[in-house]
Amino acid sequence: MATLLIAEHNGTELAPATLSALTAAQQIGSDVTVLVAGADVKAVADAVAQCAGVSKVLLAEGDSLAHDLAENLSELVMSMASDYSHIMAPANSVSKDTMPRVAALLDVGQLSDITAVLSGDQFQRPIYAGNAIATVTSKDATKVITVRAAAFDKVATTGGSATVESIAAPEANSHSSWVSDELSKSERPELTAAERIVSGGRGVGSAENFALVEALADKLGAAVGASRAAVDSGFVANDLQVGQTGKIVAPSLYMAFGISGAIQHLAGMKDSKVIVAVNKDEDAPIFQVADYGLVGDLFEVLPEMTEKL
Amino acid sequence: MKILVGVKRVIDYNVKVRVKSDNTDVDLSNTKMAINPFCEIAVEEAIRLKEAGIATEVIAVSVGSSASQEQLRTAMALGADRAILVEAEGTVEPLNVAKAFAKIMAQEEAGLVILGKQSIDSDNNQVGQMLAALTKRPQGTFASNVTVDGDSVSVTREIDGGLRTIKLALPAIVTTDLRLNEPRFAKLPDIMKAKRKPLDNTSFADLGIEVKQHIQLDKVEAPAARQGGVKVGSVDELIQKLKDEAKVI
Repeated sequence: MATLLIAEHNGTELAPATLSALTAAQQIGSDVTVLVAGADVKAVADAVAQCAGVSKVLLAEGDSLAHDLAENLSELVMSMASDYSHIMAPANSVSKDTMPRVAALLDVGQLSDITAVLSGDQFQRPIYAGNAIATVTSKDATKVITVRAAAFDKVATTGGSATVESIAAPEANSHSSWVSDELSKSERPELTAAERIVSGGRGVGSAENFALVEALADKLGAAVGASRAAVDSGFVANDLQVGQTGKIVAPSLYMAFGISGAIQHLAGMKDSKVIVAVNKDEDAPIFQVADYGLVGDLFEVLPEMTEKL
Repeated sequence: MKILVGVKRVIDYNVKVRVKSDNTDVDLSNTKMAINPFCEIAVEEAIRLKEAGIATEVIAVSVGSSASQEQLRTAMALGADRAILVEAEGTVEPLNVAKAFAKIMAQEEAGLVILGKQSIDSDNNQVGQMLAALTKRPQGTFASNVTVDGDSVSVTREIDGGLRTIKLALPAIVTTDLRLNEPRFAKLPDIMKAKRKPLDNTSFADLGIEVKQHIQLDKVEAPAARQGGVKVGSVDELIQKLKDEAKVI
């Protein structure tokens, strides 16, 4: 039996998380078919076909798939589910919405956010906000899985030559419909795809002061992140939140300014390659995970770094 | 319209969990327990809909051990009218929880079910979506705004990159994200009153559901600890280390 992987994309480009999930899918050991679903996503399907280790690409295009409605997308996945032993997707807001629906329709359990593939039916996943790692075995015939992208290396975007096969989109369901999107317009890289992230916490103090964080991020070509405390205080929007209840990231460089290092925040960034922490409290827990710590006032450190880089 | 709201008993979010020395699970003995934070937001949203005259009754439902009565009483102190406990020992898998909710949703003819998006113990983020699939009803997950309008509900969802608003025909299932509301605290007179509100006990057998095991827990381990590094004395030193040692800028 083969593995089906649902690609993540923004309508025009393949998201890097898909490349990480492909690594996990290939570790299962079967042929990997990638499903690309959306309104007008031929370019994404062509990009997937080039990726290393992809056997086949299924392209489903239609208005019913334009806004990722779980009711329609799960219908599409169900139409082909019987051909696969494993149905996987990188964990993101679309797959988290859709995959449990697929699992319930198949009357199987779902494995959320796996961080390791031990065999075709045994996996590891974090529980308790990453404070414990569970090893679990699926007893179902079909395994429905979301993959924590940060835990897997990315496959090469070249070297593959899979065929792209078009399939029909499902009818739109009559119970749910899309109304509007309010997407953050930013020139900065996506948090989960960024190689560098500059994050601010409660210590930043206000929405206006976040400009200091943004200035350094722009100098480094980095994404801007925030702790839950900064989001709860209204400094920035929730989609910038790094942590167990926000985005899980693992960039090459993660810089935390005015972030104390609550467990739930650490769960979202502790797999970063290099962590820098700047905090005026020398006992802040963030220093226990930081490769480089600087005890100091972020209002002095941020402008100085921005200027000197 | 009746609203069902899910309540899960979990470890208090301020408590650090420990893994048992035999690696069979985490150690929850003598640990402070509480309502799952996302469930608390769900209870608050349901109560606000009742206060706004949209809901006629708010029913808190929990699937878990008899100790979960404590969290159901808390939900009633906050404003839920009555509660149902589906009593079950040990960890109950999301699909089985969803099956119990589906039965109760049908029995109560609920117009809206509000659940937390995930519980902070198993971190699955599945029950709401599974319930929607089982009942063939629409879902609005990770909600930051919920507006009921006649026989439909508009839900603004937290998605990667921003917000998305969708419209669902009722009955519908909504799961809560952090910014939906700020839950209130229970007042003492309401805590006393909640003791006299009805709390019904039922079970998977009573509901006619066969509990199946889909996922077996083999082992639980503490995560690999990350070692702290060095403290630097100045911005210049930090920049030099990042350039020459870490080679990340």
